[in-house]
Amino acid sequence: MASDARDAHVLIVGGGGTGGALAHDLTLRGVRVTLVERGEFTSGTTGRHHGLLHSGARYAVGDKESAVECIEENMILRRIAPGSFEENDGLFVAVTDEDMAYHDDFVRSCKECGIPVQELRPDEALRLEPLLNPELKAAVRVPDATMDAMRMPLRFFATAQYNGAELFNYMEVVDLILSNGGVGGAMVHDRVTNEQRQIRADITINATGPWSERIAAMASVDVPIRPSPGVLLALRGRLCNMVVNRMHRSGDGDIVVPQRALSIVGTSSWTVEDPDDLDVPDDHIEKMYEEGAKLIPAVRQAGFRAAWSAARPLIGSRGDADTGRELSRTFKTFDHAETDGVEGFVTITGGKATTLRGMAQLCADVVCRKLGIDAECRTRDTILLPHTAFYAATR
Amino acid sequence: MHTAEPIEKVEGPSKVTEIRRFRVFRYKRGDAESHYDEFDVPVGPRASVLDALRWIEVHRDPTLAIRHSCFHASCGTCGLRVNGREGLGCVTFVRDLGTTITVEPEANIPILADLVLDMREFYARFPEQHPVMRASEFLPRAVPPDGMDGYERFEDCIECGLCLSACPIAATTDEYVGPAALAAAQRLVEEPRGADTVDILRWADQPDAVWRCHAAFECTEACPAGVYPAERIMDMRGVLVEGGPRRRAPVRTAAHEGARP
Repeated sequence: MASDARDAHVLIVGGGGTGGALAHDLTLRGVRVTLVERGEFTSGTTGRHHGLLHSGARYAVGDKESAVECIEENMILRRIAPGSFEENDGLFVAVTDEDMAYHDDFVRSCKECGIPVQELRPDEALRLEPLLNPELKAAVRVPDATMDAMRMPLRFFATAQYNGAELFNYMEVVDLILSNGGVGGAMVHDRVTNEQRQIRADITINATGPWSERIAAMASVDVPIRPSPGVLLALRGRLCNMVVNRMHRSGDGDIVVPQRALSIVGTSSWTVEDPDDLDVPDDHIEKMYEEGAKLIPAVRQAGFRAAWSAARPLIGSRGDADTGRELSRTFKTFDHAETDGVEGFVTITGGKATTLRGMAQLCADVVCRKLGIDAECRTRDTILLPHTAFYAATR
Repeated sequence: MHTAEPIEKVEGPSKVTEIRRFRVFRYKRGDAESHYDEFDVPVGPRASVLDALRWIEVHRDPTLAIRHSCFHASCGTCGLRVNGREGLGCVTFVRDLGTTITVEPEANIPILADLVLDMREFYARFPEQHPVMRASEFLPRAVPPDGMDGYERFEDCIECGLCLSACPIAATTDEYVGPAALAAAQRLVEEPRGADTVDILRWADQPDAVWRCHAAFECTEACPAGVYPAERIMDMRGVLVEGGPRRRAPVRTAAHEGARP
């Protein structure tokens, strides 16, 4: 441990949205931060998501904790990352009698979670989004928005870097340095030079999302993470300006997200052992067409652009879930000194892109407490630099 | 709306149907020179070049450095030259290529390692007020909800660098700002959103900016996002000729004649 808390050095493993937000948070609190990412920043899960800034409405009925986290972070991110969102709102659309049976519970739950809702008649919804299924029975407007899945998180990296954090992409952790019953940093392989070196740290944070289990195993620690991939489909053409969601319990193909001149249909859910080897099953792609067309029939006619998979890092033990749908979207910090008797090692995981800042705050609180640093979180009110600043600063 | 093409019915990548040989450009800092490594990669009918590179990284050579993020032509990180042609790895499909596929980094941008570029020099070319958002022009029949002036959407440019890689002028000089930056500048002139267009036009009205283009239109050909950089450069010339910050005749060269396709 550093003699003065202010000299403390934290190593963050993983350059997704969570790692970037954490580097930003800790740097603002005066901690010296190094972050390593084995590929390009956001290349694991963050950059592959559909770009939805959740209002929380999707989780309001079944997962209130996540819903409340989402609406709070949604409002904070709009404030600290101006220009990073298409603030066009979202619609939840009921297209069947079964959906309508969900309607009242949905509206009530949103209100309980503090999510503003506006109930719309079918003709009002069609005026807002003319390509909606004309058979729709009702719609509810909520404050969803869309983001550039890479460039919004990159603003956290840009700001952290500007404030002194050292961020290295193409640097892969090949092992953790174990000493005195704890983790003292990591051995890394630099893919730019093909050389290996050690990075010593007082605390090493595992922020590798679906890869958390693999990094934790280097310290003989088990973290209850289920990599849960989903298939997404990108279609040519902008079929809507608002985010269009199906008003029912989370299911396959229940969202269409406009993204530049594309429309993204998502998503499915299953669980895998290895997040590096993701399949894009044909029947999942077909399911995206089938279910997406129930929201916007033009999904069927739109030109194909791409289909891919992204692995969510969901919290849950092996055997808990088959599809990942049953698992909460909330996030959690594991201090492995408390859970496993391993000092200097913390895992932050779960959550989603919308809650990256909140996840970072929670984890930074734990890390600062361990380091004996008494510093308030400042990320709620710090306006982030534009993503282009990330490429302007000297690395 | 933008929906012209029919659904492409294709098989999944999980079904490996053949082996293709990939010749992959390799370079690490400190190497005396670059070289090519060859890999035989099992692919299915829907495999992209990016899928194949990921397979090499995971199953054959974990030291291979590649750039990617979104996997659907929205982030612009996987710009490559495949068999000498510019394209995004994620939407360049192996089935459209030969039995041996050569993959190289984009040209005219410094290389960090293997297929990864140092994008700082690319971004240094852009005008300072870099546009990100614009008014949404799709679904014109849609009426925005109460309390909203209009729908908005992200700019088309995904900052991939493919236009710069394809540009024959950029291949001969580092001084030319290049098509991506000029297209971004023209978007600001077209839709200023409070920006000072006099400044932007002055920035563009330079020998190494809008007048350096020889109208080869390779940039427009290479652009995966419908930005049409060459047309934007021609539009900018039109604005400058007809009444930019100061009236001036452009330096005329043979290439300027008939610049419009």
